[in-house]
Amino acid sequence: MRGIEVRGVTKRYGSHAALQNLSVTFDFGKIYGLLGRNGAGKSTLIGLLANRLFPDEGAVFIDGQPATENGGARERIFCMSEADFYDKDLKIQDQFRWTARFYPTFDLPRAHALAKQVGLNETRRFSALSKGYQSFFKLIVALSLDLPYVVFDEPVLGLDAAHRDLFYRLLLEAFQQKERTYILASHLIEEAAGLMEEVVLLHRGALLLQEEVETLRRQAYRLTGPAAEVEACCAGGRLLGRQSLGGLQTVYYLGEKPALPVGSRVQADPLPLQELFIKLTEEESEGVA
Amino acid sequence: MKVDPNAEKPLFLQIAEQIEDAIFTGALAEEAQVPSTNEISALLKLNPHTVLKGVNLLVEEGLLYKKRGLGMFVCAGALSRICEKRRAAFFAQFVSPLAQEAHKLHLPKETVLELVERSFEQ
Repeated sequence: MRGIEVRGVTKRYGSHAALQNLSVTFDFGKIYGLLGRNGAGKSTLIGLLANRLFPDEGAVFIDGQPATENGGARERIFCMSEADFYDKDLKIQDQFRWTARFYPTFDLPRAHALAKQVGLNETRRFSALSKGYQSFFKLIVALSLDLPYVVFDEPVLGLDAAHRDLFYRLLLEAFQQKERTYILASHLIEEAAGLMEEVVLLHRGALLLQEEVETLRRQAYRLTGPAAEVEACCAGGRLLGRQSLGGLQTVYYLGEKPALPVGSRVQADPLPLQELFIKLTEEESEGVA
Repeated sequence: MKVDPNAEKPLFLQIAEQIEDAIFTGALAEEAQVPSTNEISALLKLNPHTVLKGVNLLVEEGLLYKKRGLGMFVCAGALSRICEKRRAAFFAQFVSPLAQEAHKLHLPKETVLELVERSFEQ
């Protein structure tokens, strides 16, 4: 079976469980969004996929092989991490050279070409680069590896708008050149939502939702109008939140689009993904039934 | 081309409609080559699978066809097929909403018909 399978994984730090009996699969050949708020367990999951962390219970399988198996995983998966594992005093050109020795599939000429394209000076040390260029250096490494699974942890951190745009285009280019799986972990998703085929949403160390983006777009709505009419409309779904402004009421609603009666003054708009995730993950603290 | 990710319409349908519109307005002539899935995907920063789904829809409708190794092309007769489809949808898409809005505004039927007449004279 091709794909990544996380099977019943629990990871504890002391008495705190960062992941609690998590099971999730990532198919081969798709671009995923891995989403969740701070502390949801995204980085812990990535650490497990990368074989940098070990689960207390459960296991991770990559193409059917345990991720903990020595050597094999490195030929299948790479995780570009938010944390810096690089020797910060090395020059970029030397970083590339070391990466090429460590990862046999690293395409060194492509890395040089990409560095040139984004204006990354390879003679500078990693530590002397701006935050944005430090990020882009790591992205270039990830984009130059010919591996079936590549995970990006907060890929656009510190990038300006033009560089974010460039990254998305380079990612698509690499995806089109060869079938593979990309996982983009982020809490900023609106501008990358079009790239993602499926999203995995973690909340408090558990899987809250896994769904195709196109399906999600038509599963959550914002209804606005006179309070009584709005309330009458949303009987069939699950309420995610409520706001009132004078007599005007807005509710966030999970479910099929309600059929509005003729002449209704209620307006139903699809909820943008970012807002949907905010609503889903703050539900409890808002005290909505 | 541009798509609205927050619109209710699925992205692949938006893609299909935009290509269809380009054929309708003549921007894409019959037998002309359609931009590739990769080009559209890069331009709009959209997942290539989404774009492909939209393009395949037009293939199913007989508006586009694939030339092996060359890419997608507009079918001969695509324009008249689009016109036919749009004529069939004209009532539901334009006439019916017009009547609904007129009803909400308490505009009598005669006034609406008069306005329609006037718009033809312009």
